[in-house]
Amino acid sequence: MTIRRPIAVLAAAALGLTLSACGSDDPTSKAGGKSASDTITVGSAAFPENEIIAEIYAQALEAKGVKVKKKLNIGAREAYIPALKDGSIDLIPEYTGNLLTYVDKKATATAPADVEEALDDALPDPLEILDVSKAEDKDSLNVTPELAEKEGLKTIADLKKIDGLKLAANPEFKERSYGIPGLEKVYGITGVKFTPISDGGGPATLKALLDGKVDVADIYSTTPSILANKLVTLEDPENLIAAQNVVPLINEDKATDTVEDVLDKISAQLTTADLLDLNAKNQGSDKVAPAELAKQWLTDKGLL
Amino acid sequence: MSVASDTIDWLTDHAHWVGDDSIPLRVTQHVEYSLLTVAVASAVALPIGLAIGHTGRLRGVAVAVTGALRALPTLGVLTYFVLLSGIGLKAPILALTLLAIPPLLAGAYSGLESVDRATIDAARAIGMTEWQVLRKVEVPLALPLIVGGIRSATLQVVATATIAAYVGLGGLGRYLIDGLQLGDYPRMVAGSVLVIAVALILDGVFVLLQRLAIGSRAALPVRSS
Repeated sequence: MTIRRPIAVLAAAALGLTLSACGSDDPTSKAGGKSASDTITVGSAAFPENEIIAEIYAQALEAKGVKVKKKLNIGAREAYIPALKDGSIDLIPEYTGNLLTYVDKKATATAPADVEEALDDALPDPLEILDVSKAEDKDSLNVTPELAEKEGLKTIADLKKIDGLKLAANPEFKERSYGIPGLEKVYGITGVKFTPISDGGGPATLKALLDGKVDVADIYSTTPSILANKLVTLEDPENLIAAQNVVPLINEDKATDTVEDVLDKISAQLTTADLLDLNAKNQGSDKVAPAELAKQWLTDKGLL
Repeated sequence: MSVASDTIDWLTDHAHWVGDDSIPLRVTQHVEYSLLTVAVASAVALPIGLAIGHTGRLRGVAVAVTGALRALPTLGVLTYFVLLSGIGLKAPILALTLLAIPPLLAGAYSGLESVDRATIDAARAIGMTEWQVLRKVEVPLALPLIVGGIRSATLQVVATATIAAYVGLGGLGRYLIDGLQLGDYPRMVAGSVLVIAVALILDGVFVLLQRLAIGSRAALPVRSS
């Protein structure tokens, strides 16, 4: 508390400056729900996985005596990044690649370490990322176990073995750098027959893959259907698809030693397999609530 | 007015008029999906609608069923059919058919209901069979409303056929869905403009057809609808 006081004073001063610099006496700009200096407000994007991770952060911090407020389900980046900047939330689980493209439209880094470094440079004050976890939720190319065995498919490069490769993905895959153009440029795969399906690797995409209408489907790497159908996720040795490691994005004024320590311990243990498992429990027949899942995970990892 | 000028630029760009994502191809696909849907829906709905209108039976059921069909969210129905039958033409055509049935059915039975009972009684009095009454009296007199039903079904289907692109097919929906994902707003506006253009042109055709239908029965007495 005593150590943090000067930081809080600085923060308040900085805020005062910002506000006066804007010449804004709009009452709503101050009433953004700014939390007291010793309270940390945890936010989350509006999808279950992010909410589960936010719960993990919140419960772990509470267990270490940090005062926590929760504001979950805040829509998309366009909504919650401004909320972080104006102090209405202080901490949110983020994904490195997408966050980088959000703060720097021209970013080209794809390898995990490059993305992390680029993010450190590109993030505007007072935002900073803490330790990056190994857990990733990103586009991933999947094949059925039968096809993987028959054609000997392990990495994306192996797809060259299939003539007239049929691929299903979200429509933007056709033109984005990680999509059809990247397959050709990075892995030399040409003549891809592309089926755009707009459900983000959801049930229709899965159905097309299982029916054999397509050979490969782009499904987010933490989607439970990958586990349920024993799909083989092709490795990406050339980092065609940008890294999307889960990372705590925090307002640096709230990143005390205790807070950093708690969050770093979580990031050290969180894996993609954990996310898959958590999502499966959340979306499967059990429909376990995010708060309950977070508690289980923290207990299993010995963090509570 | 940069949106307008960007859209005009997009529409007039030569690159968008050739190749496998070209405007002529997408318009053709869109019209194909729409006409196929209206044909399938007509084959189902018109006989049923005529039967209901002629006999006067099951009207309550028809009203309830068409009301329920109208309330179905087409995108949800589409996803459901895709899960049943996989990707391909079948699922979107079926989903759109459900959308087209209510106006076709309503046009058919309300068309027959609009025919003056005295005219029908007269037809029976001169010895026409039920089939002849339907074919020679009721349908010709009801034709403007039946065509009106087809017209409104076609409009709805043209406007909604964009969802075919959601599950991997073509049509003008490609411009809307791809444009949204890529943040290419001129492409989306151009797609919308093209959908509107196709809808207006087809609607114009139906205005002419309806005029012809009215003209064909001008000599016959009919209760105004």
